[in-house]
Formats: sequence, C-alpha cells, structure tokens
Amino acid sequence: MNAAPEPLEFAEVRVTVRGRALVDGVSLRVRPGELVALAGPNGAGKSTLLRTCYRALRPTGGRVLLGGDDVWRMPGRALARRMAAVLQEGGGDFDLTVYDVAAMGRTPHKRSFEGDGETDRAVITDALAALGVAGLAGAPFSSLSGGEKQRVLIARAVAQRAGTMVLDEPTNHLDLRHQRDTLTLVRRLGVTALVALHDLNLAAAFCDRVCVMDGGRLVAAGTPAEVLTSELLAGVYGVEAEVTEHPRTGRPQIVLLTGPPGGPGPG
Amino acid sequence: MVTAGLVALLLVTATMAGTVGSVAVPAEEVWRIVLHRLHPSLATADWPPVRETIVMDVRLPRALLCAVVGAGLSVTGMALQALVRNPLADPMLLGVSSGANVGAVLVLVLNVSLFGMFSLTLAAFTGALAALVAVYFLARTGGRMTTVRLVLAGVATAEVLSAVASLIVVTSDDPRRAQSALRWMLGGLAGTTWDLVWIPSAAVLLGTVVLLGCTRPLNLLLAGEEAAAALGLDVHRFRSALFVLVALMIGTMVAVSGQIGFVGLVMPHMVRLLVGADHRRALPAAALLGASFLIAADLAARTVIAPEEIPVGILTALVGGPFFLWLMRRRAR
Repeated sequence: MNAAPEPLEFAEVRVTVRGRALVDGVSLRVRPGELVALAGPNGAGKSTLLRTCYRALRPTGGRVLLGGDDVWRMPGRALARRMAAVLQEGGGDFDLTVYDVAAMGRTPHKRSFEGDGETDRAVITDALAALGVAGLAGAPFSSLSGGEKQRVLIARAVAQRAGTMVLDEPTNHLDLRHQRDTLTLVRRLGVTALVALHDLNLAAAFCDRVCVMDGGRLVAAGTPAEVLTSELLAGVYGVEAEVTEHPRTGRPQIVLLTGPPGGPGPG
Repeated sequence: MVTAGLVALLLVTATMAGTVGSVAVPAEEVWRIVLHRLHPSLATADWPPVRETIVMDVRLPRALLCAVVGAGLSVTGMALQALVRNPLADPMLLGVSSGANVGAVLVLVLNVSLFGMFSLTLAAFTGALAALVAVYFLARTGGRMTTVRLVLAGVATAEVLSAVASLIVVTSDDPRRAQSALRWMLGGLAGTTWDLVWIPSAAVLLGTVVLLGCTRPLNLLLAGEEAAAALGLDVHRFRSALFVLVALMIGTMVAVSGQIGFVGLVMPHMVRLLVGADHRRALPAAALLGASFLIAADLAARTVIAPEEIPVGILTALVGGPFFLWLMRRRAR
C-alpha cells in the first residue's frame, strides 16, 4: 500500500544563513526501510537538516537525494508522494476538524477538482485509527491537547502513504505509551525513516542507528551501542552519564548522573 | 444539505429583489417575465410592458451585479485569509481595495474618459494591482515574505491610499464631481445597467472557477507554510499567482461598486461556522452566501428610506461590524 521505501542521502549538505553555518557539510545515508535517529543538543542543526529534505529550506550547498533523485529538482507533488514529513508546527487559527487535517495527507495524490474517493477515506480513517485518534475525527483540531495534535499530524503523514518519512521530534508532548506506539508504528510501516529525537533512551530502544549532530556537523553515527557512550555524552552534551546494557533488551541504557547538590554539574 | 439551503436562499433573495420597489411586481410574475425573455414560449406576456422594463432593465441587472460582487468579495476574502494565514484578512487588507479606489476616484474627479466606459474599470484594476505589487515588495526581505510583514505593509498602504483618495476628493474644484466620487467611495450599486454587469461578472465567474480548482492547496496553507511545502505545494509561486488573480477580481468589482466593506471579512467566517473550514465545502458556500447577502443588503439599502437610497457599503458595515464583534466574543469564550 505504501510507496516503496527508498534510500535517503545527504551529500555534503550545507545551510548558511547570514554567514552562519547552521548545517556545515553533513553527509549521511539512511538505507531503505531503516529507522535512524538524529540526536544532538539544542541548536545542533537537526531541524535545519530535516527542513532541507522536505523542501522547506533550500540547502546553500550539497544535495539531498531520495532514491538517487535530487529532492530540489523534482516537482513538490512528486516528492510528497514518495516522502512524508511530520513537522513541529501547529494548525493555526482556523477550525479545521481532525479529519480535515488528516485528509490533507491525500493532497499529493489528487488533481484539482478531484474529490476524495472510497480508498482515500479508508486510508484517512485507518491512519487516524493507527494513531488512536479515530474517536476525535469530528473535533476541531484547535481544541486538542498537544499530544493529541501531534498524533493527528503523524496520522496526516501516514495517510500520505509515502515510502520514506522524516519526523521532527514526533514524540514531543507524547506520554510514555504513545511514544512507544508512535515509534512502533513507524517501524511497522517498514518505511525509510529519519527521526529527530531528544530522548536518547528512546533512540537506543527503537532505532537501527543513531546519528549525533553538534554545531552543524555530524559528530557520530552508528548503532546505538557504538554511539551512545559516556564519552560522547560528556563531549557533546557536557553531562556525566552512565551507559549500561539493559539486562533484558540488550540495548544501551543511559542514566544521567546529577552533579553535587548546589554545584554546577560535572564536565 | 447546507448548499441546497444556500441555493434556495439565493433564489428567494433574487426573487425579492425583482418584486420589491416603488412598483411592486408579484414574485410569480417576475419569474414569468424572466422565462419569457429566455424563450418566449416559456410564458405568455400578459403584463404591462413597463413592468417588464422595470424587472429586466432595472432590477435584474442590479440584482445580478449584487450577486456577482457579493460572491466575489466573499471568495476573495476567504482566499486572502488562507493566503496570508490570517482570519482578519479581507480585500480591504493588502491595500487592494484602496488602490482600486484611488484609481477610480482619479477618473471620477478628473473626468478622464480615455477608454470610454472602460476607464473606471481599467483605472481601478491598475490601482489594485499597483497597490498589491507595492505591498508585496514592501513585505519582502531577502527573498522571504512573512505574514506579519505582509499584513502590516497592507494595512499601512491601505491607510495611505485612503488618505490619498480623500485628498483628491476634497481638493477637487468641481463640487458636483466630488460629491459623486464621495458617494461612489461609500459603496453603492444604484443605477446599474447591463453594460456594467458583464466585466465584473466574467472576472468573478472565471476567478471563482480557478479558486475552486485550488481548494486543496488553500487547505494546505491553513496547515502552515512548511507543512504545505512538505505536502507538495510550491508556496511562493502559488501565493504570487493567487494574489494577481485576487487583485484582478477586486479591481473589477471596486470599479462598479466602490468599496463595500465587511462582506469579504464576515461571510467567510459565517460559512466556516456552517460547513467548516475545508475550502472544498467552504468556498462554494461562501460564493452563494455572499451573493444572497449583498442582494438582501442592497434591497434594504434602496427600500429603508425610499425613495432615497443608503449607499450599501454603509449598510454592510452597520450590519457586518457588530456581527463580527459578536462572533469574536463568542469564539473567545
């Protein structure tokens, strides 16, 4: 049902705004069907990097390739059929219903004057159900809580039925269960996925690989166990943390060590 | 359901526009006159010829123009609200109406008639487009245009242009022309003849069809610029193209009706209450409701203090302003 997962590749991508390099030559490749976390401190350039691939911000250097095609050299609609994005952006002042918002995901598949068919309605309803918000379909989007809005926006991307997904902090505002459900869903969809995540334990538990950015550059990339070490956390985030292998999942588990009471944190 | 109701409403108001006036014509007779004109075999002519003249040459063109302008103001208002992502947008914003106004007032006061009957339309359209282009470039910095800057530039331009129009009127040395320009500025549809109807009708009809083809992209804009881009829309190109279209529609309308306020602001909000914000339902509904509303408003404008007429722009502001405030307070709760 979904479009086939494709490789997503950043080749020496650079974004310079007023002489300041927000993204400074990042190269990274997400293999088809792979779930990759993009981590890093605030202002590291994660969102900026993601914006270059869903065509919100044109890179000042380098290229973004989806299945070998430059995303900036194809029609927007064609790209939107192959790649969906979940953004950190609200719904605005207009009272669209939850269903209306999710239905926008079908737009790249539709011509002018073409209505939503049986299939489209099924896709939209399924997407809402998959995110557990089917019961809210008729509610105004603006009346929802932050977590519910986030899930509706993910449902919109799911309704796009693209083979590749880019998600910017999709687990923001979500409670524990919905964090788990969302990442499980992305995994189950079998799409190529690049996900910006702040929660490193979540990244460690769900993702095939973790890429870490700092100061606009890619500073580490590899499996969670390779990347998430106390040395890296000290170097990039400036925190002291203990990383152990979880006895039951075998995944790295990060425990933040608080500094001495009253004093500045270690490192 | 709602659409059927709005169509019925439009038919009722249009019929009333044909019946009410100094010479009352029964509703059934209005329809028979119109049918007879469409094809003589549809109805036998058993009415006094003067009634036919009143209905066909006075009331019908005026009702049609009201419908066209009402529908046009509503759909352009709704489109602008989506284009700048601001529920307060309307044709008065962005300085478009004011630009058209200055062009038209210049023609009226200086009594230019370079292009005969098209002078006014042409001047208004030129003014509208010039204002829009000016606003567009004032709002752009470094290839980017933010909504806030756009609205601010539009409001400021509108203020300046309104002042310019007033200045032209008060400094005119011909009081008769100044009076007629002033009356025209207040917005009115008195003295409409068939000659006046065609240009705005064609522009509004074509423009509305194009907008109806853009309902999905307009929906995407409600989700935000970046989301719209991610869903495949070339936001900047789409917005530029639609600005020109909207300026064209507004220019032709202002030329025949003057500035009629609040229709473009209030109708879209009423429609959203009725059918929701999805443009696929809301845009056609806005056209229908706007048409009915302006026909009704114009009917009131020419009957309330008959035989005198109130400029319809005053009436729409009197009704629209309080309604809008009520709406605002209701939503704030």
